[in-house]
Amino acid sequence: MSLNLHDPFDALFTLQRALDARRGSEWMGRGTAASGSYPPVNIFQQGDDFIAVLEVPGVGKDNLSIEAKENTIRISGRKAIDYGEDTSVHRRERLSGVFDRTIALPIDINPESVRAEYHDGVLALFIPRAEHEKPRTIKIG
Amino acid sequence: MATQQEVQVQQKREVENDRESTVPARRYVPVTDIFETDQALTVVLEMPGIDKGSVDVRVENDILSIEGQVDLSKYRALAPLYIEYNVGNYARSFQLSSKIDQDRITAELKDGVMTVTLPKAEKAKPRRINVS
Repeated sequence: MSLNLHDPFDALFTLQRALDARRGSEWMGRGTAASGSYPPVNIFQQGDDFIAVLEVPGVGKDNLSIEAKENTIRISGRKAIDYGEDTSVHRRERLSGVFDRTIALPIDINPESVRAEYHDGVLALFIPRAEHEKPRTIKIG
Repeated sequence: MATQQEVQVQQKREVENDRESTVPARRYVPVTDIFETDQALTVVLEMPGIDKGSVDVRVENDILSIEGQVDLSKYRALAPLYIEYNVGNYARSFQLSSKIDQDRITAELKDGVMTVTLPKAEKAKPRRINVS
């Protein structure tokens, strides 16, 4: 079920195909974005828990704010771009501004134990499933 | 500014006319700003997920090329559920003019944003001429 990336030659291709297959999947249901669209998010499963990975290059930890509730995660902040005075801009492709995105998950989570890591412009949220959502194995008598 | 605009999502663009590679994976073009001051030309590229160890910046035959490799090991134990963006290596290159002093080019990488500073050669800097 997890990605088989052991072949070093095809590992990136395999990952890209696996991601394409789940692009815009129905897992989030109709309430994909409770609000907002930036930053784009990828959601993965690891065991019972979820990992949300978001790309926010140039934003920085201090400009990010994360809130978690029973089944929503809210990521908000500011992406600032400032090249100073006396500059002549030749090409402008980067976008800046404020963002405020709330993601509604189809499964309840445990907000107390959500963990966030930020490296190199990528925000990773480790989201444990709520206790009452964990499956219980049922013994056959 | 009283209210700031909202950041929009940018779809990743694949590198076009890419040289053929032996591995059938997609490479993306990092979103780039280029600006100029009296002292230098600066190229700013967004390459989230790339760190110093996985980036290659080089100048050869007046061409500045930047390549970044994404780290796949973090995805190994994960099963994708809902995907909005794809992940891949980045590549972009630029033709440098003779105005640039290639020996003094510097680059820094922070929070997934690479800033390459291309200092102008002395003769290319604007000179003020005093009027006697």
